[in-house]
Amino acid sequence: MTTPLIEARKAGRILHGEVTTTLVTDISLRVMPGEFVAITGPSGSGKSSLLYLMGLLDIPTEGEVLVGGEATRSLDENHRADLRLSMLGFVFQFHFLLPEFSALENVLLPMRALSRLKETPMRNRARDLLATLGLADHLWKRPDQLSGGQRQRVAIARALANEPSVILADEPTGNLDTVASAQVVSILRHIVDEEKKAVVIVTHDPGLAAKADRQIQIVDGRIASDGFTNSHRATVAS
Amino acid sequence: MNLIFDIAWTHVTARLRQTLVGIFGVATGIGFSVMMAGLLEGSQKDFIRQLVDSMPHVAVTDEQRQAPVQPASVHFDTVEFRSLSTETERRGIKNPLALIEALESWIPGAVAPSVTTKALIHSGGRDLAVTVIGIDPKREARVSKLASQMIQGELASLFKASNAIILGDGLAQKLGVTVGATLSLATTTGVPVLARVVGLSHAGNRMTDDNQAVVLLKTAQILDGRTALINEIRIRVDDVMAAEIIANRVERQIGYKSTSWQESHQDILSAFQIRNAIMVMVVGAILLVASFGTYNIISTITHEKTRDIAIMKSVGLRAATVRSIFVLEAALIGIAGTLIGWMLGYILCVFVGMIEFRSGFTDMTHLPILYAPKHYAIAGAVGMLSSLIAGYFPARKAARVQPVDIIRGAS
Repeated sequence: MTTPLIEARKAGRILHGEVTTTLVTDISLRVMPGEFVAITGPSGSGKSSLLYLMGLLDIPTEGEVLVGGEATRSLDENHRADLRLSMLGFVFQFHFLLPEFSALENVLLPMRALSRLKETPMRNRARDLLATLGLADHLWKRPDQLSGGQRQRVAIARALANEPSVILADEPTGNLDTVASAQVVSILRHIVDEEKKAVVIVTHDPGLAAKADRQIQIVDGRIASDGFTNSHRATVAS
Repeated sequence: MNLIFDIAWTHVTARLRQTLVGIFGVATGIGFSVMMAGLLEGSQKDFIRQLVDSMPHVAVTDEQRQAPVQPASVHFDTVEFRSLSTETERRGIKNPLALIEALESWIPGAVAPSVTTKALIHSGGRDLAVTVIGIDPKREARVSKLASQMIQGELASLFKASNAIILGDGLAQKLGVTVGATLSLATTTGVPVLARVVGLSHAGNRMTDDNQAVVLLKTAQILDGRTALINEIRIRVDDVMAAEIIANRVERQIGYKSTSWQESHQDILSAFQIRNAIMVMVVGAILLVASFGTYNIISTITHEKTRDIAIMKSVGLRAATVRSIFVLEAALIGIAGTLIGWMLGYILCVFVGMIEFRSGFTDMTHLPILYAPKHYAIAGAVGMLSSLIAGYFPARKAARVQPVDIIRGAS
């Protein structure tokens, strides 16, 4: 059996404040290579919080989150940053690109931070990624010169830059029109089918969730249901 | 790392106006610090130079620091003298020519004898008490600036008449006499003398110019009634700072009290130390104020860039990387500010150096400025350091941003 890319073991996140808020609790799940997972649920259910826990942006207050088989709860901040940089790619609802940098430079950012490649192959890869996503003519445009769909595609290119094993997307189509949404979904589909990476998206859009192979429903911070949606069931080991 | 520089550079160049204000803040601080330091140290050096020029570096006077040892106390252990008053004798340095030759043999510099006395000048119904200095014109030229201060006649003119006198120009004006006039000089002890004015001097200092007359050694000795005695040996040494050591050696050699310029102006030298401390504080305060500007800018940038910080950290940049981006931004402002500050400081120094400065007691001068690389180095170092510190605190705060807090807030 292959190692799960991301595994949660009874993970939970509780905010301790004047009022103790449970964001998510008792979450156990595994994300395997080649899986397309949709996390759904009503707003405020904790689906985004779950994604942040899986993406090492947040630390569980209970249980454990493993990335590539490595327990992460006790890792220090630098370690978690390194794991995010090399293993995980993020796409957020808002594009979250650096506003003063061109599309190309935004895609270069994680590669330069990791500096696994030399300058020239790095640039070539960034250019190729943007070209595959249909942005060959927009390399030198800054985010404010791009449309919403184009920005989101730049963000996907950036998420893919370091060849992560998992792409985590938080409402990736939340701000897009239907055409742009369809484009983004097909790109994500492509990442799963062709590159055998895992994609985890958070969405409240049932249409988008239906495009995934597996749907995890979160209600009140707990997993309410977890099941496969279509024929891909057969290809995924569990 | 290249990436850090790129991001830092983009941040500071994207908000050029703010950055320029910050750079100008640092530059002003450094510029004025350099000017202040140059002015203060320049005036101090100038003051010492004037002090050292206007008086002998070492003055040997006809006094002794201790009463002479009496033969009785040499021979008997139990003998002790209290308040010894020695027999009245003619005061003065005895056998001056031999002493001077002995000193000249080893002192690196020049030695000149002089007799200083107070005399009453009588001319045209006016009496004025003045200081009369008897000199040896040849030696004097090497010891003091008197020769260069002559505005009429020269030192050698003293040889032209049997009793020749050179007056300070202020004194001549008070007496209403010019070159060629004859004056009568008298003291309480010696013989009155009729002297002819052969020259005028101008030292640029009213105390001297209004009160001083110069005659030949011989004339002063007659006037004072102390033939073959002098009361001061003045020494000008090549290395001004060695004056103290030389003074001590002279005193050990000949027994007369010899005072270096440092000893006679200890009060002024210690006042300079206080002045230096004040200078350091003022300059420090200027640079501190400038660093607040840098703090402000870096802290504004980090506030505006919270979202970018969240992006960078979520992508996987380490906290230290984020921190160094903003520290580097402060450093960039610091470097640019320092370079411009140096130029500004130099220009300010040149301008201040051109200001003409008058006072009633001295001639018109320019403000003295010292151009020292040390000032630029210190101001630059302090400026850079304060920029870095000013940048470090907001940068540290920025690096602590948890991306999840920002992302959660945005979506």
